[in-house]
Amino acid sequence: MPPSVVSVSRISKHFDKVIAVDDVSFDVALRSTTALLGGNGAGKTTTLSMLLGLLLPTSGSISVFGVDMLRDRYQVLPRLNFSSPYVDLPRRLTVRENLTVYARLYGIINISARINALCEELQIGRFLNRPYGQLSAGEKTRVVLAKALLNEPELMLLDEPTASLDPDTADYVRGMLEAYRKRTGTTILLASHNMSEVERLCDDVIMLRAGKLVDRGTPAQLLTRYGRQNMEEVFIDIARQRHLEITPDSQQVAKQ
Amino acid sequence: MTGLAHAHTGFTPSLRRIYALVLRHTYLLRSSGPRILELVYWPTVQMVLWGFITVFLVSHSSWIAQASGVLLSGVLLWDVLFRSQLGVSLVFMEEMWSRNLGHLFVSPLRPFELGCALLTMSLIRTLIGVGGAALIAIPLFHYSIFSMGLPLLAFFINLIIMGWSIGLLVSGFVLRYGLGAESMAWIAIFAVQPVSGVYYPIDTLPVWLQYVAAALPSSHVFEGMRAVLFDHVFRADLLLHAALLNVVYLTAGFASFLAYFKIARVRGQLLHVGE
Repeated sequence: MPPSVVSVSRISKHFDKVIAVDDVSFDVALRSTTALLGGNGAGKTTTLSMLLGLLLPTSGSISVFGVDMLRDRYQVLPRLNFSSPYVDLPRRLTVRENLTVYARLYGIINISARINALCEELQIGRFLNRPYGQLSAGEKTRVVLAKALLNEPELMLLDEPTASLDPDTADYVRGMLEAYRKRTGTTILLASHNMSEVERLCDDVIMLRAGKLVDRGTPAQLLTRYGRQNMEEVFIDIARQRHLEITPDSQQVAKQ
Repeated sequence: MTGLAHAHTGFTPSLRRIYALVLRHTYLLRSSGPRILELVYWPTVQMVLWGFITVFLVSHSSWIAQASGVLLSGVLLWDVLFRSQLGVSLVFMEEMWSRNLGHLFVSPLRPFELGCALLTMSLIRTLIGVGGAALIAIPLFHYSIFSMGLPLLAFFINLIIMGWSIGLLVSGFVLRYGLGAESMAWIAIFAVQPVSGVYYPIDTLPVWLQYVAAALPSSHVFEGMRAVLFDHVFRADLLLHAALLNVVYLTAGFASFLAYFKIARVRGQLLHVGE
């Protein structure tokens, strides 16, 4: 069993009377790609935000690389990075300027060389000197990924990495993430609505519904457990609460 | 990440990260003519308006005639206070407008370092805006605020620190209450203008308001300015008073900004910035 990079213990998040995340615990294994799945409002983005320290949990604890994220997050922030469609980059700055600023924030030593390497890897060279705000959605996604890769993170947290991308660009991004993980052995935790993406990239899936962890397993295990042909059908079973009727195993997982 | 980045510096504020943010806003200023124009426009318009009022009053008011630069100095120094506060608040709101706070605070940047970058950008913006207006006043009204000499530097430092303090408070307030509260950036400072004695001595105020004025660094600065212009003396006691108050103000400004930042982390406002 590989060691855990992320360890989440009984975290909850309440916004006044709304319970966004309810007593959720899980570990993320080193070098794994783990998916956080769930419908809208299931608590995926809230959970990712708490892992990043952007949001403080109401209760529970989170450790990343063995460091308490609620107390000492600045010790581990240089080792991780993230992307999200809900967070943008300054629109008037060119791609090069944006990457330069973030390279400095992450303390990258040879900034030009690093940006050039990312240009090759993500094919962003041809719009390097254009303002970020003038790029297409697909180009912006690649730039945000370049920002997320600047520090060669050991842990990447990706919130819907292929949201609003056309199939070709989405496929390119998935291929790039696969290649990056193979090359660097980084650990990836991603929230997604795209089930084919999860089947292709992930070796572990955490299912959330209404803020609770309701099931967990590899894509193959979940397909077998639910007797389905693809993850989309599994997702619908869980979203419509059919999982508790389908398998007692899932109740066991949910209780754990 | 091996060998790619500088070693992590623990809890020491990093000049490198502060510089990164200053660079980000310098890029923005450089790419936007309207932003630079806006910096110089209002201080210049104010200076021209009060310059002509001075020209008129010099021949109609014995008080103004004693020190013709008193109104122009007042308006330029007031703009130091206003521009420094606005500089902090606007630069912070640029991050909110660009929905960039999430990326910033997942990087190793600390809130205190963001605060330091805001103050640095405020200084640059104030020097461009008020400095430009002060230079234009020389050929236009034959008045140089720089003729005040070293006391001007003391006035400038005290006013800019007070502006920073209020700017940090306003930035935290906008983070907490969303961009719907952004008008506070433009109006907050004007609450202290009547009691700061920008254009008239503090003893013009009712006695109870003079106590309020005594708690403002700005009122001591403007009294000190009039002492230089009318009596040709530098009142170190007034400047010391202002400096001590500013220690309290800046500490309170940073404390409120950090407290609002913590509230934003509790309420999830770093990712979902809006009205």
